[in-house]
Amino acid sequence: MDALKRLVRSPTAIVGLFLLLLVVGMALIAPVLFQKDPLGLAGRPLQWPFTNARFWLGTDTTGRDIAAQVFHGARVSLLIGIVATLLAVTIGVVIGAIAGYYGGIVDDVLMRITEAFQTLPNFLLLLVLVAVFGSDIKTVTIAIGLVSWPAAARLTRAEFLSLRSREFVQACRTLGMRDLQIIFREILPNALPPVIVYASVIMAVAILLESALAFLNLSDPNIPSWGNLIGAGRSVLRTQWYVSAIPGMAILLTVLSVSLVGQGLNDALNPRLRRR
Amino acid sequence: MMRVLLLALRRLAASLPTLFVLLAGLFLLLQLAPGDTVDALVAQIGGGDPRMIEELRQYYGLDVSVAVQLGRYVWRLLQLDLGFSAIYGKPVSEVILERLPATLLLMGSALSFAFAAGMALGVLAARRVNRWPDTLISTLGLVFYATPSFWFGLMGIVIFAVKLGWLPAGGLEEIGAGYTGLRRVADIAWHLLLPTLTLALIFLATYLRIMRASMLEVMNLDFVRTARAKGLSPRRVITGHVLRNALLPMVTLVGLQAGTMLGGSVVVESVFALPGLGRLAYEAVVQRDLNTLLGIVFVSALLVILINFIVDLLYARLDPRIVT
Repeated sequence: MDALKRLVRSPTAIVGLFLLLLVVGMALIAPVLFQKDPLGLAGRPLQWPFTNARFWLGTDTTGRDIAAQVFHGARVSLLIGIVATLLAVTIGVVIGAIAGYYGGIVDDVLMRITEAFQTLPNFLLLLVLVAVFGSDIKTVTIAIGLVSWPAAARLTRAEFLSLRSREFVQACRTLGMRDLQIIFREILPNALPPVIVYASVIMAVAILLESALAFLNLSDPNIPSWGNLIGAGRSVLRTQWYVSAIPGMAILLTVLSVSLVGQGLNDALNPRLRRR
Repeated sequence: MMRVLLLALRRLAASLPTLFVLLAGLFLLLQLAPGDTVDALVAQIGGGDPRMIEELRQYYGLDVSVAVQLGRYVWRLLQLDLGFSAIYGKPVSEVILERLPATLLLMGSALSFAFAAGMALGVLAARRVNRWPDTLISTLGLVFYATPSFWFGLMGIVIFAVKLGWLPAGGLEEIGAGYTGLRRVADIAWHLLLPTLTLALIFLATYLRIMRASMLEVMNLDFVRTARAKGLSPRRVITGHVLRNALLPMVTLVGLQAGTMLGGSVVVESVFALPGLGRLAYEAVVQRDLNTLLGIVFVSALLVILINFIVDLLYARLDPRIVT
């Protein structure tokens, strides 16, 4: 409860939560406000923002409504961010927990694999995965999750290393609890807070990764993604730069809100670090 | 110095198994890809009869089992032979070597800029902690971190190339200008200014954050209090005592982020049409040139390992306690 109180008192968290609610709100009202397909033809192409009341953010190169794409894009970005983060944190926690709890050769093998993933630039690995498995939205989301887990695994492992020899764990062993029970029911809840804070970083990076992939035309072309729109605006960058500028602002605000909330959480959970 | 080198070499040797696990895994992964080099080639020339396709498969060694292909692949890698790119019509190593300098130049300059600026801003923020310069710098860092680099690059092009006309919009140098010597160096630097800033942006944010935290940490230590107590000016305390210790996490970060930076250059090189490794990776994905893609992955992993080797050396040089 204390942590929650500190959270709502920190200005970083307040600004972050406000921005995040804004983006979530956009995602929620998108289907109500823009009922037609955001990727369908809406009007004359390349109308500037604020020149036509029907398209207050203008239209893009093929005459699609930019405002509709931005609102629907919020759904896509948040969904990809959340699902990919859940996947990455799950993989990372399981691998980190097992490596940290058992130690020895299990730890060695798992950490070698983690290192292999960390040696390879994650965007490059993402390109390889997309090249192999294609680029519909589900594949892209899973691929982003698959390249984002190593840091979470390392963090969980470090927590487990320091927790596994505590008295309460020894007590569990004496009581005859099974390993899996000790790992997931007893140690994990104690190890989770730093991982949860780190999840905000994973989510911010996941949203950026998807937008970069979409910008390069390697993500799903059939969804209203902000990155897709920026990529589409590239051909008219010299004259109608707003086509690329507007969705970029949306990405910036979303990632910023996630990072701010993460930092607020971090401050709230580690009050010792705050006043420095 | 000998012991430092030995230590770093041992870590280097430990990364070799990782590298081979990685390559074997990727090779098997690429077998799952629908269509191979020959399919891509045939599609490019607009179809061909089955006999010719069969001959092509034989020519590129694609007609044998996956296990044999993997064995051949690893054996060739040991001889530093990366195979042949059917799309570019030359050995992969040649294609990569042509593209490597631009990427190294971009990464090197972006890294130096991010490191120097991050250090300066971090020190500035730490000295005015919780007052407006600190708040301003920290907020700026968060905004930089949240900016998609390709978007920053595009907006940079709009402002500095299109509207103001100060900087070129892309490319590595003026094609056909035939500059030589210093004039050419200046021309390339001119073209790389915007890409460097774009790539450095995200890393600048991380560096300044780490530098600030590490400065604050070190400034609370006893030896700093001693330095202050003996009457050194704040400037001397910072430059003579705090800085060197606060730099350690920054150096670690360079090693950790080497990979991320390579990944970032894929996007930045595409935005600015730079003929580098990153754009080659993108082209390889689009053209299904799997040999080249694997080669790039191999070279990137080597590069990351090499950078970490240098970081290890540097680290030991900065912190003499490492050796003992």
